[in-house]
Amino acid sequence: MAGDTLTSSEYIKHHLTNLTFGQHPDGSWGMAHNAAEAKAMGFWAIHVDTMFWSIGLGILFLYFFSKVAKTATTGVPEGLQNFVEWLVDFIDTSVRGSFSARNSLVAPLALTVFVWIFLQNLMDLVPVDLIPEAAKLLGIHFMKVVPSTDPNATFGMAIGVFILVLFYSIKIKGIGGFAGELTLQPFSADNMLVKLLFIPINFILEFVSLIAKPISLALRLFGNMYAGEMIFILIAIMYNAGLILGLFGGVLQLGWAIFHILIITLQAFIFMTLTIVYLDMAHHEH
Amino acid sequence: MNINLTLIGQLLTFAVFVWFTMKFIWTPIMGALETRKKEIADGLAAAERGQHEQELAKERAKDVLHEAKSQAAEIVAQAQKRAAEIVDESKDTARTEGERILTAAQAEIEQESNRAREHLREKIGELAVAGAEKILRKEINAAAHKNIVNELAQEI
Repeated sequence: MAGDTLTSSEYIKHHLTNLTFGQHPDGSWGMAHNAAEAKAMGFWAIHVDTMFWSIGLGILFLYFFSKVAKTATTGVPEGLQNFVEWLVDFIDTSVRGSFSARNSLVAPLALTVFVWIFLQNLMDLVPVDLIPEAAKLLGIHFMKVVPSTDPNATFGMAIGVFILVLFYSIKIKGIGGFAGELTLQPFSADNMLVKLLFIPINFILEFVSLIAKPISLALRLFGNMYAGEMIFILIAIMYNAGLILGLFGGVLQLGWAIFHILIITLQAFIFMTLTIVYLDMAHHEH
Repeated sequence: MNINLTLIGQLLTFAVFVWFTMKFIWTPIMGALETRKKEIADGLAAAERGQHEQELAKERAKDVLHEAKSQAAEIVAQAQKRAAEIVDESKDTARTEGERILTAAQAEIEQESNRAREHLREKIGELAVAGAEKILRKEINAAAHKNIVNELAQEI
């Protein structure tokens, strides 16, 4: 639990600090010992916990799915294959529903997004102190186990999607077509001069809406998971505030965890659906 | 909550995961699903075809049975007719044979009776000659009168 020597604020701060590896101001490389040190490391530092958990969960997903893919029979499916096929079919239906162009990348991308984000979010249901306390026994002082509460993780995926959106926009419509889409609408005119006048206005509007796609994608997931994590942490603080509040906290944690099952699935689904929709928009003139 | 190198790391990880999923997960699983879909469709079509064929076969069997029944009835009728014919024929044959035997017997009887009559006539002639000989022993020349007696005997 929070420990006697920590105040509530310190406890929260501790839980929100990533295990950061980077260069100390004095020039030596190593783990940051507190949040301030981590901040001082600047851009050239890496969140070891985020990387570890996201890659670990990703490999878990790839391992089970590729195991099924390798032994996939066309006969009667059973066990894990049933589950994987159901999921693949679900993703396939979603992609067919929202994506009208032909692109063999989109469906596997959607599957990866959905399962990977779901697994990352799922770590939120692990009691907040369980893994950090276990890590403390191993001598690791900071451990944030939910990768999707790290904006680096959500922005990493959102930027990946954004790069694909830009790539396909230019590939399908050409640089001219894409530039035209950014500058010649929503305002247009027959008069050449007015048209030229509209270009900067259109560009500002369209550029904002374009750049809003990855940002909203990343921040929506991050915000939801961060807020959920924060509530779990706040509930965990109640365990230190006496028996009655502790019991109340237990009930709250159960309730929030059950509700959270819905949120983690929903957020994974929203991220996936928006990815498909953005890529669909990149494939069509409008 | 600092934006740092983790961002790039996550981006690269994401790219590798998507690539892996596309190459080693999505394609084989979708392939298996498509193949199964096709196999099921084929199976259903085959079942339907089989059912159709079974119905046709049933129809054909019914026809064949019907034909066989009528043929059997015809054969039985023919056999009965033939049997009646055979009976009639044998009756005729028997009757003819009987008549033939009867005629032959009658002819034999006639012959026998004729022969007996002849024999009798001869005997009567001899008897008459013997009687006449006895009566007319002396005056009658047996040789001279034999012709007369024979004529007499012929008339009997």
